[in-house]
Amino acid sequence: MTAPLLQAQGLARRYALPRTRLLGPAPQLHALRGVDFSLARGRSLGVVGESGSGKSTLARLVMALEPPSAGRVLFDGQDLQALDAAALRRARAGFQMVFQDPFGSLDPRQTVGRIVAEPLAAQAAAAPAGSAFASPRARLDRAAEVLDAVGLRPGDTARYPHEFSGGQRQRIAIARALVTAPRLIVADEPVSALDVSVQAQVLNLMQDLQDRLGLSYLFISHDLAVVDLVSDEVLVLYQGRVVEQGSPEQLFRASAHPYTRALLAAAPRLDAGARRAPPPPQQQPAPPAAAPPADGAGGCDFAPRCPWRRAACLAEAPALRTLAGGLAGPHAAACHRAEDLLSGVPAQAAESTSV
Amino acid sequence: MRPGAAAAAPLLALNDLRVTLPTPRGPAQALRGVSFTLDRGQTLGLIGESGCGKSLTALALMGLLPEGAQLAGSLRLDGRELVGQPEPAWCALRGNRLAMVFQEPMTALNPLHPIGRQIAEPLRLHRGLDARAARAEALRLLERVQLPQAAARLDAYPHQLSGGQRQRVVIAIALACGPDLLVADEPTTALDVTIQREVLDLIGQLVAEDGMALLLISHDLGVMAETVQRTLVMYAGSVVEDGPTDAVFRRLAHPYSRGLFAARPRLGLPRGHRLATIPGRVPALADLPAGCAFAPRCALAEDACRAAPPPPAAVAPGHTAACRRLDALPPPGAAEAAAA
Repeated sequence: MTAPLLQAQGLARRYALPRTRLLGPAPQLHALRGVDFSLARGRSLGVVGESGSGKSTLARLVMALEPPSAGRVLFDGQDLQALDAAALRRARAGFQMVFQDPFGSLDPRQTVGRIVAEPLAAQAAAAPAGSAFASPRARLDRAAEVLDAVGLRPGDTARYPHEFSGGQRQRIAIARALVTAPRLIVADEPVSALDVSVQAQVLNLMQDLQDRLGLSYLFISHDLAVVDLVSDEVLVLYQGRVVEQGSPEQLFRASAHPYTRALLAAAPRLDAGARRAPPPPQQQPAPPAAAPPADGAGGCDFAPRCPWRRAACLAEAPALRTLAGGLAGPHAAACHRAEDLLSGVPAQAAESTSV
Repeated sequence: MRPGAAAAAPLLALNDLRVTLPTPRGPAQALRGVSFTLDRGQTLGLIGESGCGKSLTALALMGLLPEGAQLAGSLRLDGRELVGQPEPAWCALRGNRLAMVFQEPMTALNPLHPIGRQIAEPLRLHRGLDARAARAEALRLLERVQLPQAAARLDAYPHQLSGGQRQRVVIAIALACGPDLLVADEPTTALDVTIQREVLDLIGQLVAEDGMALLLISHDLGVMAETVQRTLVMYAGSVVEDGPTDAVFRRLAHPYSRGLFAARPRLGLPRGHRLATIPGRVPALADLPAGCAFAPRCALAEDACRAAPPPPAAVAPGHTAACRRLDALPPPGAAEAAAA
């Protein structure tokens, strides 16, 4: 058993908010509140959650674009925050990122060759003399090679981003991420901006590249079906915490957390007509996802929206714990009633036991 | 029913509607003969990928086409022809009888004005309410779209609301004058999935209560399947399949509809499963092929398909597909069964 490629240990990130009072401390937003996971070589970890759940903060911490407030990110056993600036820059060759918007993430005034080769230029600037990609010519050749690998033409290096469709631009973004031969790709909603048929092409490409190059993916998406397809393991984030963790089969066929179930229930389905009748007016509409509360607010974060809630849930926050039962393999959920969910106790039964 | 409306005329009737857009490479036919009718209380969806003309159809029937666009064919509201109308006539309809909800609620709202004032604007403009009455009506509308603490929020600015709350405000503005037709262009695409569900439920409920017509535009097959009675699948500026939503999704009679459906990732696919893709890419509008626009990407295409555009052919009563090879497409499910 080799060491995992990527490990997050107790990862937390706080942001200071504008002061509301002249004196006294500025309030803080706890964007990420203690996240642990590990990702093996050649495997994919999917991260699911809604806006404000901390998905993108997690990506930025893993990419060492900002330091965690607490906890560590270990890439290949190395604490990224312990590296000095030059060493971190060299280490960046090992992990690269693909962003959501293929229009905003490519500089319109640079040729595709230059865009794709840019990480190499940054590496050459950081490396001691004698880097394999010290010359612009060598970098451009490498750019042509990865463009070929993502299904574009090597000659496309001389063209500009506006000459390409959305799907092709996302291929360019993937080529740029691959150019340093990284072992980890952090992909933040890489197919959300694409049309269905183009999305399928890019997802197939990402899976081919993983098979061919042995890449690991940290794959962030709000789309459960996409995450199900590409992931070996999935984290569900809610307000900065992992509320459920397990294989896609466990999470999407036998989920043990009410939030995961809410996400599944809300996803539009094709079994047409099932919901077309206007819904009965809700007695108690679920409040929209609120900003994470400051520390010290007791109880489960999801309790206000939870149909399985009972008195204990408002008093004590559930810890993420490994579950027995359900489908085989490690499966963890942060819910006092996880066993009830797994054994199929309906939510209504909870209502009678709640306050 | 409004006075003056022809008794038999449907609320909205598009007949062979065409839009030509100026491009650097010359005029491009962006909408190539779209026809449908929509009545009060009915819901209809346009589905398709970027550039298929679904949003352009919506803009055409709101009188909001980009400058230089040419509109041809027929577009009737209660029997009255709107093609060729001067701008003041459109202004009297927009926000009054025709209302639209856009994809991105942050850009649809003015960041400099409180939301109460933005809701009051169409009320003062079209219904001539005074400031006080308009404010009271704005509050009623905010309550109707279930904005929490509506009274306290009248003077809030858009940035003080969440994305879902902003979209509720946009819907309140659209509903202000009791429109006959609500056009919703990707109304939930920018929202989280649980918020999307709430907003779709809200739209469905309001449309049913007020008996308006709903034209929903979406790229999401699931959203479409759950929301509208009738679905039109569009490709390269034309309607390729048209029928009751259940029938369209059950039959997927057009090869493009079938391809779109198969490309969609869905829960429960095994890890590493390769999604079906449609070969090639959407043709540029300026150089569409002479025959069926989908023929270059279609496994079933034959010479006749490439020669002339296919007319709509009946699949079942009330269900058509513009394809010459309807009989050649295996029954739905056969492909999946063979692949499994």
